Amino acid sequence: MDDIASNGMVTAYDAASDRLKAGPRGAKPRRRLSRRNIIVYGTLIVVSLYYLLPLYVMIVTSLKGMPEIRVGNIFAPPLEITFEPWVKAWAEACTGLNCDGLSRGFWNSVRITVPSVIISIAVASVNGYALANWRFKGADLFFTILIVGAFIPYQVMIYPIVIVLREMGVYGTLTGLVIVHTIFGMPILTLLFRNYFAGLPEELFKAARVDGAGFWTIYFRIMLPMSLPIFVVAMILQVTGIWNDFLFGVVFTRPEYYPMTVQLNNIVNSVQGVKEYNVNMAATILTGLVPLTVYFVSGRLFVRGIAAGAVKG
Amino acid sequence: MTGQTRGSVRPNQWLRNLNAKIASIPMILTAVVIFVGGTAWTVVYSFTNSKLLPRLAFVGLDQYERLWAAPRWLISIQNLAVYGFFSLVFSLVIGFVLAALMDQKIRFENTFRTIMLYPFALSFIVTGLVWQWLLNPQYGIQSIVRSLGWTSFAFDPLYNSDIVIYGILIAALWQGTGLVMCLMLAGLRGIDEDIWKAARVDGIPMWKTYMLIIIPMMRGVFITTLVIIASGIVKVYDLVVAQTSGGPGIASEVPAKYVYDYMFLAQNLGQGFAASTMMLVTVAIIIVPWAYLEFGGGRKRG
Amino acid sequence: MTSVSVRDLSLNFGAVTVLDKLNLDIDHGEFLVLLGSSGCGKSTLLNCIAGLLDVSDGQIFIHDRNVTWEEPKDRGIGMVFQSYALYPQMTVERNLSFGLQVAKVPQAEIDKRVKRAAEILQIQPLLKRKPSELSGGQRQRVAIGRALVRDVDVFLFDEPLSNLDAKLRSELRVEIKRLHQSLKNTMIYVTHDQIEALTLADRIAVMKSGVIQQLADPMTIYNAPENLFVAGFIGSPSMNFFRGEVEAREGRNFVRVDGVAFDVSAYPARTKLQPGQKVVLGVRPEHVKVDEPGAGDAHQAMVDIEEPMGADNLLWLTLAGQSMSVRLAGQRRYPPGSTVRLSFDMGVASIFDADSEKRL
Repeated sequence: MDDIASNGMVTAYDAASDRLKAGPRGAKPRRRLSRRNIIVYGTLIVVSLYYLLPLYVMIVTSLKGMPEIRVGNIFAPPLEITFEPWVKAWAEACTGLNCDGLSRGFWNSVRITVPSVIISIAVASVNGYALANWRFKGADLFFTILIVGAFIPYQVMIYPIVIVLREMGVYGTLTGLVIVHTIFGMPILTLLFRNYFAGLPEELFKAARVDGAGFWTIYFRIMLPMSLPIFVVAMILQVTGIWNDFLFGVVFTRPEYYPMTVQLNNIVNSVQGVKEYNVNMAATILTGLVPLTVYFVSGRLFVRGIAAGAVKG
Repeated sequence: MTGQTRGSVRPNQWLRNLNAKIASIPMILTAVVIFVGGTAWTVVYSFTNSKLLPRLAFVGLDQYERLWAAPRWLISIQNLAVYGFFSLVFSLVIGFVLAALMDQKIRFENTFRTIMLYPFALSFIVTGLVWQWLLNPQYGIQSIVRSLGWTSFAFDPLYNSDIVIYGILIAALWQGTGLVMCLMLAGLRGIDEDIWKAARVDGIPMWKTYMLIIIPMMRGVFITTLVIIASGIVKVYDLVVAQTSGGPGIASEVPAKYVYDYMFLAQNLGQGFAASTMMLVTVAIIIVPWAYLEFGGGRKRG
Repeated sequence: MTSVSVRDLSLNFGAVTVLDKLNLDIDHGEFLVLLGSSGCGKSTLLNCIAGLLDVSDGQIFIHDRNVTWEEPKDRGIGMVFQSYALYPQMTVERNLSFGLQVAKVPQAEIDKRVKRAAEILQIQPLLKRKPSELSGGQRQRVAIGRALVRDVDVFLFDEPLSNLDAKLRSELRVEIKRLHQSLKNTMIYVTHDQIEALTLADRIAVMKSGVIQQLADPMTIYNAPENLFVAGFIGSPSMNFFRGEVEAREGRNFVRVDGVAFDVSAYPARTKLQPGQKVVLGVRPEHVKVDEPGAGDAHQAMVDIEEPMGADNLLWLTLAGQSMSVRLAGQRRYPPGSTVRLSFDMGVASIFDADSEKRL
């Protein structure tokens, strides 16, 4: 009796575990056109079209001449491809009295973004390292203020910063804007680096201390070489964030230093003259090109970066 | 034991760990001077009648009274409320549904994700300008639908004061839902697969598993996402500037733009400070309960 | 001569006391093991000695020099960690030489020391490799080498073998012992593994809740545990405990437990056992004899479970209303249900006061 019962159980168990193994590819659907698949893929494709449509329209519009835009449909592919709007957007479009196109804004953005990214990451990574490995009394308090501060609307702090920068004599200059980007990049980057360094094995840090390495030696020779991925993530975060900034560009720089976003907005939304939609769209694409390139090249790391940036640690 | 060596004396607490303290100076300055100091400064000066330059001439709640009497501010607040409400609801619902779809072990997951997330790489300025073009009544979606034969079709949010905020909402959702989807997907992926197996063995239908088991388990992700979306909503500025410049008229004004305009264009600093303090209060209303739930309440349980 | 000396050491994290006025003297060339379960403070103590944690109170002397507030590098110590803690981006050679480079030791001297350490540990072929290309055992050898090149007298080991599988662990255990025999320097070794402790140590400090429970050589710890905790912690399976009352009859002492009287006259008590005293009688599984002919004080018990282990046989039985284990050498089988006669070797048993839990 006992034997039969236990055998029966074994068989039942085997069958159950077999079914479990077969589960995903068994009776449930792997057939291409199950109703479930149609719903899932159908929805995703429709949604994807919604996301892609603006990009498509931008590109198509930028390749048409104005006459064609006036008579045609914004979704229609260009009958006659012209790159003239691109040339015009880059080199000739006017903002106010300047008619040297977006190129000026582009180079301004480069001159803003490169030092801002480097300095903000350098400062924040050292902050994060100190917080993770060299905690001192009060460090956590400042860090908490920093993180809470990340939620304060920028508008609340803008004017005091204007005053501070004016006192330092850098208001309106690129230096001032770099400082502002370093300040406002600090909460999220510090969090990012602190969590990353805290995740590294603590014994490694202890071993280095027994080996006689100090604060900076450990940072440069032990931590930095181990942390390239997080530096890449931080770079992606900062390059796109700073390139896309508009508010700080308007508030903290003079017109000759306006970044590309500000200049783009001034070109497109300028009230003078005839609206040249093709030039506007070409200019818009040009402005979006840098972050888009970063996005498509970095792929998975970008997702990691924004997730890291978005989710608190 | 040989007497006093260097190691027998407890070093000065201020000098211990000195390098770390020096390295933290930028952080300390930012936290104390900019975040605490700057915020306090703005709040204090919101009670003054500063015009072109900040002056410490207190006028009590004058600025606030003027603020709440200004039609433009009221419209800004109303817009923020409408935009905020729909933005929250749609972001969370769309984001979650998309994430759930993406979590069905589908093929081309990377392609779909790349497509849904790319708008997030673009600035609000670019987003605003693209949608300005798409919603252009003369050439955009409205004219296309009309040319298809539905000649009475009207969809011109950017030229219609009543619905202009929804035009901005569409652009914002296009830009931001990909991020919400990614956060939700990460949350879904973090759930133990055995939960799904257990639910399936128990014969619980999929939608019920989501509603009764998965979503409650994702409480943390939902709250975090909520806070991110909400603090983004309060800051909304560039998008409006690019897409409508606050128009038609003042129909699509938002608080952040009100602050900027009064501080830097109208040279009425006091109004700008008062308005920005109100923004701060709004954020505090969102953040404080969250911080309490996340940290205060959690500690007691732990 | 003392090598490392800890005086009244206390450590608090906020309101939590991790170490409480701890004293410990370690002789030059001694192998001392700090043994205890996780959270007992043993690693904390080691980190304090290394200078990786600031103490709240008390002093630490190394070679009669007060190092309480000195940097780890200035204390004349080398340390080996559980996770090896090798710098992943450096080759084995650079891992070994990093500390010396930081200390600006001349290159020729560095080369000499690295070469010697590599010879001792037989890792010469690995010098050009990265840690990720090494096995766990090789990594731990390199980690030991890193302490070796520092040319110091005190080695600190923080659970160095816990991340290795059982076979490697016993191999490296022997190697560490061999290293100690040839270097003859002071070693302080933290572990939760009693086999490591018993096999390696000159002396073992058994710790619980930040307090040293007993500090003695391994055999004393094993044979004469100072209190109930040490008795239960050392030995596997655990010592059998019987709670009962002392009873004097006809000039002999008994411990009566649930109707069974154990004759403890042969027990070498430090203080005289008082009749009526509540005590705990402890007998190791290997100190119980089964079916011994001519044993005077024998008790009948029934075998519940038998675990044959090859070299010996482990029996689980019920006696005096409680479960107990017996370890028998040899391969003789005792099927469940069979009845045996048990006699205890009271000469090596332990008796503790039930209240103070101290050895009597």
